[in-house]
Amino acid sequence: MTTRLVVRGGVVVGPKTVAPADVVIEGGRITAVGENLDVPSRSRVVDASGCWVGPGFVDIHTHLREPSVNECDTIESGARAGAIGGYCALVAMPNTEPALDSAALVAYVLQLGARTPLDVAVAGAITKGRLGESLAPMAEMAALGVRLFTDDGRAVDDPSVMRRALTYAKPLGVRLAQHCEDERLAGGGAMNEGALSSRLGLVGRPALAEELMVMRDIELAALTGGSVHFMHLTTARSMDLLRAARARGLDVTAEVTAHHVTLDESLCEGFDPIYKVHPPLRTVADVAALRRALVDGTVDAVATDHAPHSPESKDLPFDEAPPGMLGLEHAAALVYEALGGGDCDPRRFFDLLSRAPARIAQLRSSDQPVGLSGHGSDVLVGDDANLVIFDPSSQWRINRDALHSRTANTPYHERLVIGRVRATIAKGHLVVEDGELT
Amino acid sequence: MTSSIRGTNLLSLDGLSRDAIVEILEVADSFVEVNRRTIKKVPALKGRVVASIFFEESTRTRLSFETAAKRLSADVLSLAVASSSVKKGESLRDTISTIDALGIDAVVMRHGSSGAALQVSRYVPHVSVINAGDGQHQHPTQGLLDVYTIREVLAERHGTTGREGGADLLRDLHVLIVGDIRHSRVARSDVAAFGAMGAHVRLAAPGSLLPDDVASWPADVANDFDEALEWADVVGLLRLQKERGSGAYVPSLREFTRTHGLTAERARRLRPGALIMHPGPMNRGVEIDSRVADQANSVVERQVANGVPIRMAVLYLCVAGLASGAE
Repeated sequence: MTTRLVVRGGVVVGPKTVAPADVVIEGGRITAVGENLDVPSRSRVVDASGCWVGPGFVDIHTHLREPSVNECDTIESGARAGAIGGYCALVAMPNTEPALDSAALVAYVLQLGARTPLDVAVAGAITKGRLGESLAPMAEMAALGVRLFTDDGRAVDDPSVMRRALTYAKPLGVRLAQHCEDERLAGGGAMNEGALSSRLGLVGRPALAEELMVMRDIELAALTGGSVHFMHLTTARSMDLLRAARARGLDVTAEVTAHHVTLDESLCEGFDPIYKVHPPLRTVADVAALRRALVDGTVDAVATDHAPHSPESKDLPFDEAPPGMLGLEHAAALVYEALGGGDCDPRRFFDLLSRAPARIAQLRSSDQPVGLSGHGSDVLVGDDANLVIFDPSSQWRINRDALHSRTANTPYHERLVIGRVRATIAKGHLVVEDGELT
Repeated sequence: MTSSIRGTNLLSLDGLSRDAIVEILEVADSFVEVNRRTIKKVPALKGRVVASIFFEESTRTRLSFETAAKRLSADVLSLAVASSSVKKGESLRDTISTIDALGIDAVVMRHGSSGAALQVSRYVPHVSVINAGDGQHQHPTQGLLDVYTIREVLAERHGTTGREGGADLLRDLHVLIVGDIRHSRVARSDVAAFGAMGAHVRLAAPGSLLPDDVASWPADVANDFDEALEWADVVGLLRLQKERGSGAYVPSLREFTRTHGLTAERARRLRPGALIMHPGPMNRGVEIDSRVADQANSVVERQVANGVPIRMAVLYLCVAGLASGAE
């Protein structure tokens, strides 16, 4: 017997319209959308009163840490954290050990992902071993459904390799995503370069290290006609570069992370490695510029760059500790805050967290990703039922000890936030209800 | 602004008030006398335990701190961590917890990473943490003993004691800091210490060895080293931190010496009575000419001697201050 789900009393957020409607789900698909629908018998009712009902979130930048030598997190626990955070699809980053640079490794991760309630897609490495030297077998990986490639964790430093990768990727219909930091300029740095790093005696990662890479790849996109996605951009100037590239009609997309729009470099003052991340937390002015870019559409998507790290590794000195922080479980609340809280436009909210990332990663139903359901939908009859029910008035306190990842490296411990995922429906199944895993 | 280190930690001179520094200098005055006695010991920290943990090689600072602790009658636990468990990947928290479990009142620590002392102070909030140098960040007792030494010499010239002449002796003093400022924790502590005492601080270095965003520092930058030498009442030289990769920041040591070394010829530009400081160890022939280092106006040996009373004062204020608070 298939369970019929009725999401009742919420406000459905479409790409254009925001209107009260119930949503009926059966057999993994949306079978009815409308106001005050009759609840058929043998239905499970999900209370969505006071909530936004929209397409489940899509994270195009998740570190699931599997396979790796010292697994501080797994695909299974990462997917649970994602579900709690309202995510229905995660794109696993390839900077694992070994790197996801072959069809066999991609297949392995897809297989583990298929055991979770979510859709786990894979971003393949651009170069073998993410060494930035020779191209990884992108066509073989693309045949398994890989649509996004990146050497994330580091940039493809050599411009000739990046150029070659762009020209190779173009006919495959896939997109290259760049970690924008010129490591030769940022190398050895632990925080944003500026007055604070100078005073603290920490080596800085200059904004220019990011911006030079953005400039370079904009020009390479122009030269090759290729598609570039800029990951986790952090500076005001990067936003200007992006606007200029768009004006030239180039196929560039960009994400920012939830932490770069809610935290700034001043947190590094106490040398607590929980605030260490690459690219680094920037200035208050950068945070403000990123928030404007979120609202005005310069930025396409918000990603988490969810990066679990073991507690012992975050107990190292600041310069030795690994960069990265958790994101999946609280990203939506932080995006709500960055979009102005009560002034947050729900359509923009779902564009940033679901529709645009699904488009960038080619995870919409029209993209027919191999073996995965469709994401970032318009919440219409016939769409695959990947939905999130988000309560924009629920206030809660983030608690690192109550997270579902295996690690607790969140910089938001004890922060009071507004906006909570009440329920997540992934592939037609209610996986989170009342903020808890079912 | 911290107005006293009594009963707390000494992690940085940045943010330490003038009053806090004067208090340390005056307590150090009272310990100078102890160091002149035949029996160089007072019972101030009897029964207290000071752990000295140097994650980075050091001889002079370590000896100075341990001497200071012993003269206060503290028991000293001296741990050579540079070659032990840390190399095996032990976290800072575990290393400190292990030592803390032995029962300690203070930790004197040096570490190659900026901020390590502050991190440790969070792990053991019940212990006084005294930073003996953290990466490129701070070397607070060096800054204090530099201020102390200059104050002492100026007081002698005025025919007073440091305490009588007070810290006002340093007001409007021209202090020139020269060399590898970018990588120097001593420079950061000196700038804070002399700045707090009202001195004018000027920096001179090859462009690549100035810190990032130097305009944000409470100091100005010399356009011309030779002119700055004529301006200075005090010249503080710094070692080229080759272990931090400074070598790559200048084309050669020879060129560094040519542009920013205190050669005998350059030393002639100094005002009469201008004082020369160096935190040691000196690279004679690189940042300082050997003859200049031994000139009468060089206070290098006095700096070393003053290290002991300054560190006694810091240990006393941090540790004994704790006890009085607890009683």
